[in-house]
Amino acid sequence: METLYDVIVVGGGPAGLAAALEANKSGAQKVLILERNRELGGILNQCIHNGFGLHYFKEELTGPEYAGRFIEQLKDTGIEVMLDTMVLEVSPDKTVHAMNSQNGYMQLKGKAIVLNMGCRERTRGAIAIPGDRPAGIFTAGAAQLYMNVEGYMVGKRVLILGSGDIGLIMARRMTLEGAKVLGCVELMPYSNGLNRNIVQCLNDYDIPLYLSHTITDIRGDKRVEQVVVSKVDENRRPIPGTEMVFDCDTVLLSVGLIPENELSRQSGIEIDRRTNGPVVYENMETSIPGIFASGNVVHVHDLVDFVTAESQRAGKAAALYAQNGEAQGDIFTLENGSCVNYTVPQKVRPSNVEKFVEIFFRVNFVYSNVVIQVSSGGEVLCSFKREHMAPGEMEKIVFPKALFSKIRDGKVTVSVVKEADAK
Amino acid sequence: MVDVAIIGGGVCGCSLLYELSRYDVDVVLLEKENDVSVGTTKANSAIVHAGYDPEPGTKMARYNVEGNAIIKELCGKLDIPYKQIGSLVLAFDEEQEELVKELFRRGTENGVPGLRILTAEEVFSMEPNVSREVKSALYAPSAGIISPWELAIAQAETAVKNGAKMLLNTEVTGIRKTDGGFSIETNGEPIEARYVVNAAGVNCDLINDMLCPHTFTVTPGKGQYYLLDKSQGELVNHVIFQCPSKLGKGVLVSPTVHGNLIVGPNAEPAERGDLGTTAEGMDFVKKMAAISVPNINYRDSIRNFSGLRANTEIDDFIIGETEVKGFFRIAGIKSPGLTSAPAIARDMVKMLEAGGLSLTEKTDFDDSRKVLRFKHLSHAERAEAIRKNPLYGKIICRCETITEGEIVDALHRPLPPCSIDGVKRRCGSGMGRCQGGFCGPRVQEIISRELHVPQASVMQDREGMYIITGETKTGGRQ
Repeated sequence: METLYDVIVVGGGPAGLAAALEANKSGAQKVLILERNRELGGILNQCIHNGFGLHYFKEELTGPEYAGRFIEQLKDTGIEVMLDTMVLEVSPDKTVHAMNSQNGYMQLKGKAIVLNMGCRERTRGAIAIPGDRPAGIFTAGAAQLYMNVEGYMVGKRVLILGSGDIGLIMARRMTLEGAKVLGCVELMPYSNGLNRNIVQCLNDYDIPLYLSHTITDIRGDKRVEQVVVSKVDENRRPIPGTEMVFDCDTVLLSVGLIPENELSRQSGIEIDRRTNGPVVYENMETSIPGIFASGNVVHVHDLVDFVTAESQRAGKAAALYAQNGEAQGDIFTLENGSCVNYTVPQKVRPSNVEKFVEIFFRVNFVYSNVVIQVSSGGEVLCSFKREHMAPGEMEKIVFPKALFSKIRDGKVTVSVVKEADAK
Repeated sequence: MVDVAIIGGGVCGCSLLYELSRYDVDVVLLEKENDVSVGTTKANSAIVHAGYDPEPGTKMARYNVEGNAIIKELCGKLDIPYKQIGSLVLAFDEEQEELVKELFRRGTENGVPGLRILTAEEVFSMEPNVSREVKSALYAPSAGIISPWELAIAQAETAVKNGAKMLLNTEVTGIRKTDGGFSIETNGEPIEARYVVNAAGVNCDLINDMLCPHTFTVTPGKGQYYLLDKSQGELVNHVIFQCPSKLGKGVLVSPTVHGNLIVGPNAEPAERGDLGTTAEGMDFVKKMAAISVPNINYRDSIRNFSGLRANTEIDDFIIGETEVKGFFRIAGIKSPGLTSAPAIARDMVKMLEAGGLSLTEKTDFDDSRKVLRFKHLSHAERAEAIRKNPLYGKIICRCETITEGEIVDALHRPLPPCSIDGVKRRCGSGMGRCQGGFCGPRVQEIISRELHVPQASVMQDREGMYIITGETKTGGRQ
């Protein structure tokens, strides 16, 4: 009943594809991708707009094209793929419980596992939008699936809550399909989406962006009829008397993404409350030796190109684990200093680092003219200037191994300070 | 002409339909919506109350305690999700400790089994996450949690299987007394019936007044709730009540039978049909719940909802034959209505018989019901299920692990759903943390395929709750 694989990859989206291909390149003989959908590519399949691949392929591709490049590469590798296959359990001994119609209920054993389950969207319930409960309220991604995969329109007059990238993309998409998008409403005083999307998806179509506003009521018995939007104060509380009423039949929500870690939690992997993803080492290994994770299941990315790069590191590390077993050595942890919301990785084993470790993180607000400082024991080890930083844009710094000898008490802090206050 | 027409497909109407389907009588249920259980029945605390709360001697007291016992038996027989987890009423000061003692006395008089007053230490050992301010509590081991809509659906399905008729999308617009009984006007064909039972929930007074003098008015009471992810589902092990006070019955915190955590309700007057939630209402629920269980993580909230109760000026259920012979009512049903419904139904059968309805038991009555719930199967049973039907191998709802086989099963049972939420009520698809974002379109597709209707005509829930507004310029996947 049990089949032994070198590397089992859970999820066949961009992260899983990159992890599997890199594991194969790095010497893993028997690699398996388990994908719950009927095709590989994950969420890219419904992202038919372009803008993917600028970093990785140095050209502009659509989502399906980007995925296609990797799916194409699978051909000559001998990597096994199971579609329409749901993983129900990943046990700490690296047994994967999965099922599909063809093979039935399976228990598959991997020497190493890579978790690439991606993320899901926050819903109305998660943010408790008050009002009636009619049809016509969708997460932006669900509307995108209906439109781009199923070919159905889901509304005629649309208001969008949240200025995340999917919301912005859908503002343009629905406009192009003949719907009237009345506006994009953002709780924060800044947008969480990429600047290029604000320009290309809202400004180019004269769709207003209401910063520091939120939806305070939804009205409608059967389908959405009206939405009330209010301005919010600095504590994000609605200001009475600022209500605007929009007549619309549809509300799209683009209010954040949550890494999908139910399998990780179930298997006992340590989760970081800030990322909602597994705590990972420099090579994307989780707290369970031999189980790796990468992509949006670890932390939500803005660009798929970075998902690919991160997943290649995970895939390579999984292949090495399958061949050589556990990585050993001392550990230092990365702590969040001022203005920093999280870091990935959270832990580093210097013995596993060749020349440098890349640290990814996000800031908690919009800043200009600041300095990123990496410090330990009160001493700044290295610093990086930035003209502009925003929560919507993931930041990356390179921390050289040469500086590891200066680390005190096994702790390194990443913080962001004003240029004037920089040491 | 039918023997009995029941107006309203909530848990009371469905319970009565089930009880009557045991006998050789022609019985029909008229429901204005496209499914049963979609009013008060689907939007409440989902608690099977023990019965210490109602005043001794009231109908509520009697039916509650009887219903509690019947539900246990019924859920076993009809495969309805139910767990007898017991409840605690927490006391935080001397006044409330007196109240707990009063509830103990009331419960004992009502015949509630197993009641005990617990010390604070006993409470903490049973419920490590309740507030340390607790002084004592009333423990009622017979209280439970249930899937309320499935209590209605399972009984309705079983009744239909045994020959009872169900008329959905049928709204009653008037009732006339005729020679042999009644003529019920609807938005469709009129129905002639010898007996009529009004179980119209929040609209029971409107139906009542079609034939009877106006003796009561429903002033709906609304309650708002939070439903949290399964990650919060084990925060408490029992139904945690607060003492009833001037502010109402208090806010409860409880696991649901589906594994989530439910928190609520508040209590406020509302219009018929008003199922909205408000920021004030939700804040009140949070604030009150924190008194009993301080560490609820609302970041894991997955849904808010509200439900209406058929409150009237009479502080009890209004049950029995009306001023008009042959016209019966199950009216003013508020808490503990869900628990009481099966007991009321059994009693209503007796009242109908006393009113002249002759009842002969069917010899072929079949009340076996088994629902395959894939996620509750063992590994071996799962393998076996997929071998028998490959559709069980395909997960449609990933949050709740619901397979295509289960959805197709539901669509071919005696009372098939026609909407995405209808499938949700029967299978649990879309009840998880993504709230149907991923599986909604899939479920819609399956309904369309199995019922041979266009996908765009499949509603989210009630008629008129459309999702699809047209096709895109390039059309669909081919």
